[in-house]
Amino acid sequence: MYIIVMGGGKVGFHLAKELVEANHEVLVIELDSARSKEIADEMGDIVMHGDGCEATVLDKAGAGRSDMILAVTGDDAVNLVACQVARQRFNVPRTVARINDPKNEEIFRKLEVDITVSATSAIMAHIEPELPTHHLTRLMRLKGSGLEIVEVRIPDDSRVVGQPVKNIMLPYQSMISLVVGEDGHPKVPSGETVLHAGDEVVAVTLHESEESLREALMAPPPPRSF
Amino acid sequence: MKKVVIMGCGRVGAALATELSREGYQVTILDYAPEAFVFLPDDFNGTRVVGNGTDIDVLRRIGVEGMDIFVSATRGDNRNVMAAQIAKHIFGVPIVAARVFDPLREEMYRNMGLRTINPTRVQARRLKRMIEAESDEEADRIVAEFLAEEEK
Repeated sequence: MYIIVMGGGKVGFHLAKELVEANHEVLVIELDSARSKEIADEMGDIVMHGDGCEATVLDKAGAGRSDMILAVTGDDAVNLVACQVARQRFNVPRTVARINDPKNEEIFRKLEVDITVSATSAIMAHIEPELPTHHLTRLMRLKGSGLEIVEVRIPDDSRVVGQPVKNIMLPYQSMISLVVGEDGHPKVPSGETVLHAGDEVVAVTLHESEESLREALMAPPPPRSF
Repeated sequence: MKKVVIMGCGRVGAALATELSREGYQVTILDYAPEAFVFLPDDFNGTRVVGNGTDIDVLRRIGVEGMDIFVSATRGDNRNVMAAQIAKHIFGVPIVAARVFDPLREEMYRNMGLRTINPTRVQARRLKRMIEAESDEEADRIVAEFLAEEEK
């Protein structure tokens, strides 16, 4: 594959190195001339000095025949525009942006960047299970549909403890796809499957419904009215 | 009363904010450098906000969602088009305009539905006409013509 890496900072540099080792054709576009030289000194002729948001620069870089662009600078606006120019003017089939501010993930998706990668979100996903206040972990996003796969551990006081799946009111477009009991055995649940405290539940949900799903699976039972 | 947000309080942003505010628009002007607001006249009665216009939380806080117009006029093309797209596609602002210095990016974002203006081409053409003038007087006349055109 021919891959253009936009931004030769730490992320871009190491990505380029890995990709070269995996026998891909790689070009790094770097705005800073001193940094471009450093990269050239270490990795040879795979770096171009210039602004990768400029169509003329991307043209010279051969964006028209590239298979993928990875925009990994430390500036989200630059990463967004690089992906948009690559897609709109050069029809680059796959655009990937690094997200520095996790809030921008949503925006980039709406603006049709194919893949977004946020270090902050990635680290959060790893530590979330260990944080007492977070019980719902986002595992991955399904491309395009707005759906995501999340993991929930059923707390002891949840309203669903002892309930069969069919009794649980899930939000729109959400479904429970896997239940892992405390014994570690995974099972695909049927309507009759009863949930227990400590079960790990893998569910599909809309991003917007995350909160309602959390509520449905984790909130304590509503107070009884007489 | 129309509500407008202007991102970037440089000379252009400040001049636009001043003019719109005098015409009765409700103006909010945004810049991440507090010292930028010196370009505004003392009698400017709009709202000054220090903050980054590509930050969705800042935009939400200043109420972009209910605004009629969003203009981005910072020095950075990328920031301008990113903020403009957030205003249009996330907050649904009906009129969104961005200044874009790079002619190619300007054309591209125009085709993508933003109202964009590219000041470089216009200025280059005007400078060319001025240096082609036979005399200083003629050059002055040409400048006067430009100004008259703008008044229209």
